[in-house]
Amino acid sequence: MTGSTAFWYASRATGIVALLLLTAVLVLGLLITRQGRLPGLPRFAVTGLHRNLSLLAVAFIAVHILAAVLDTFVSIPLASAVVPFASGYERLWLGLGAIAFDLMLAMIVTSLVRGRLNRRLWRAVHLLAYVSWPVALAHSMGSSRDLQHGVLLDMSAACIAVVAAAVLWRLAGAARQVPRAGRVADVMARHDAAARYGRARDGSWR
Amino acid sequence: MGGYQARRAQPGTRTLRVDPIQCTGHGVCAELLPELIATDEWGYPVIDPRPVPPALEAEARKTVAACPALALRLVRE
Amino acid sequence: MAPGYLRAGPTGPRLLPPAAEDLRAHLARHGPVPYRGGAGLLIPDVRAAGLTGRGGAGFPAHRKLAIVAAARGRKVVVGNGAESEPASRKDAVLLRDAPHLVLDGLQLAAEATGAAAAVLYLHRGGHAAVLRAVAERQAAGVDRLPVTIAEAPPRFLAGQETALVSRVGGGPALPRFGLPRVSERGVAGAPTCVHNVETLAHLALIARHGPRWFRAAGTAAEPGTMLTTTYEAAADGKPRCLVAEAPIGTPLADLLPGLPGAQALLVGGFHGTWLPARTAATLTLDNQALGRHGAALGAGVLAALPAGRCGLAEAARVTRYLAAESAGQCGPCLNGLPRIAAAMAELAGPRPRRTTREDAERWAGLVTGRGACHHPDGTARFVRSALAAFAPELSRHAGGQCSAPGSRPFLPLPDGMPAAEDDWM
Repeated sequence: MTGSTAFWYASRATGIVALLLLTAVLVLGLLITRQGRLPGLPRFAVTGLHRNLSLLAVAFIAVHILAAVLDTFVSIPLASAVVPFASGYERLWLGLGAIAFDLMLAMIVTSLVRGRLNRRLWRAVHLLAYVSWPVALAHSMGSSRDLQHGVLLDMSAACIAVVAAAVLWRLAGAARQVPRAGRVADVMARHDAAARYGRARDGSWR
Repeated sequence: MGGYQARRAQPGTRTLRVDPIQCTGHGVCAELLPELIATDEWGYPVIDPRPVPPALEAEARKTVAACPALALRLVRE
Repeated sequence: MAPGYLRAGPTGPRLLPPAAEDLRAHLARHGPVPYRGGAGLLIPDVRAAGLTGRGGAGFPAHRKLAIVAAARGRKVVVGNGAESEPASRKDAVLLRDAPHLVLDGLQLAAEATGAAAAVLYLHRGGHAAVLRAVAERQAAGVDRLPVTIAEAPPRFLAGQETALVSRVGGGPALPRFGLPRVSERGVAGAPTCVHNVETLAHLALIARHGPRWFRAAGTAAEPGTMLTTTYEAAADGKPRCLVAEAPIGTPLADLLPGLPGAQALLVGGFHGTWLPARTAATLTLDNQALGRHGAALGAGVLAALPAGRCGLAEAARVTRYLAAESAGQCGPCLNGLPRIAAAMAELAGPRPRRTTREDAERWAGLVTGRGACHHPDGTARFVRSALAAFAPELSRHAGGQCSAPGSRPFLPLPDGMPAAEDDWM
């Protein structure tokens, strides 16, 4: 279905930019977890970008939603932005968009009041990123034909590849991490200069 | 007990403290507030134990918010 | 191991009976448990007596009681008998020979704070006497609150206050950081009063005889008696360990007759301070005198390293143990202590590198005050004082010599390095 109004184009364009921003936000989040760096940039740039790009993404999504609602070619109620499956038009795909957006809002709101929140609660909500992004991608690819062919299909494939690589990198880091109880033994093994005055092979102290 | 010696501070002033268990040595704090925070040779923060000067209070609050591990705190003595 | 007594002072032994006492013998010697009949009533006596904690920290004992007594809701009292310091044996002897004094103290502390639960925290195994005592009291109806036994893992940090609270609450015996204090939020979030078992034993006697009686021994600033664990070399060179009760302020040379001929004295335990023997021989068993030389009573361990031993080898062994016992939760401790231990091992060997000593000192300074608990601080104190006390030995090693190569271990050390999460449960 193609609409020819400016609103419809604006909605599609802002949607694409939002998807790219969210991809970047997710990758940056994984980078932070592994204490990685962006070459040439200080550490606070990684955390700062992660935060600011997520807020920018919200701004783009706000325009994306408003433009879609204001477009008169199809009838999309404003509520369907946050209430899943409340739209008559493309009920499933827009519903997924609402879900992704709801999860995003939860993540951002909890992060804004992070200092006052239970640590475990914040983390649990933030882990919903792993749900939110794929759902947002599904919404993007399903709700219009744009991402189903041509350059935009390639772009989507690239986003999937980048996220997959980042997730695998993060999981590899977790797999290599020594559990707390074994950490001291690990460091000691690395710095065991003269074992002469330490523990003998049979475990006794000399 | 928290591993820190108690310091007498003026009432109303706040001091930066790090939760050493939550801290994993991201190092963002030392970049944002080098006046009060340095890193040791292992990447962990060494924090000036004196109260935060009023001129740096706002920066200190931003630094606390920026810690990815939420390990930094501003405590009232 | 036989307990020792010191008749120095007007009051003779208070805590340790000539032989292990069952309930009947205990009641015959001390009389019934002097319950006061309400919360808070015992606390002024404890305050007037000036009783300080005998677990190592040495804070006034009445404070924790008062804070918990004033708190609202369900409260818990814990007797800390998890003597994690390998060199300390006083709590083990006390629990073996006078468990009823400790249990009296636990009941009295529970009454004073209005606690609803009383817990005794002990290392696994070897506490048959205590369990028997608890059963006896239950059968005789002597205890007002049933006593739960909580088990501590065989870790150095298991007796640390926040680690204890975590363990008693069902988790691992790992120190935690920050406020609120245990007396405000402890086991299962309840205000918790934790006292060393020796402190509770003194409390049980203060409740019977009053604060003035307690102050009849000791000094004005630090009243009462305390249990000490002393180590001296016997004639065959093997370390002889003695648990003795002594009035605070007793000259150290009275407690350790061999001190003037020894090399150095370790005061406090593995988180304590090494003092040259000549200095130590002039000092008394109180924090005021010891404090002037940077030492403190701590858990009451006094180990006189005899001549003919390499003090650096001894210190290196202990430092390695301390590093291995880090909880591994805090970056500075996790990274610093193993490096310090490796440096000490190198210094204990021939011709260490020139920078090793500076490295050890630098790392000791770097870890102090930067952990969730005082483990790095105590280790740093032990190491720095060793490097100072054994400075002559350092010079010898730098030249490739040692005053006692291959010297046998003097201080006791357990085996094994924790590596699995289960080790902390």
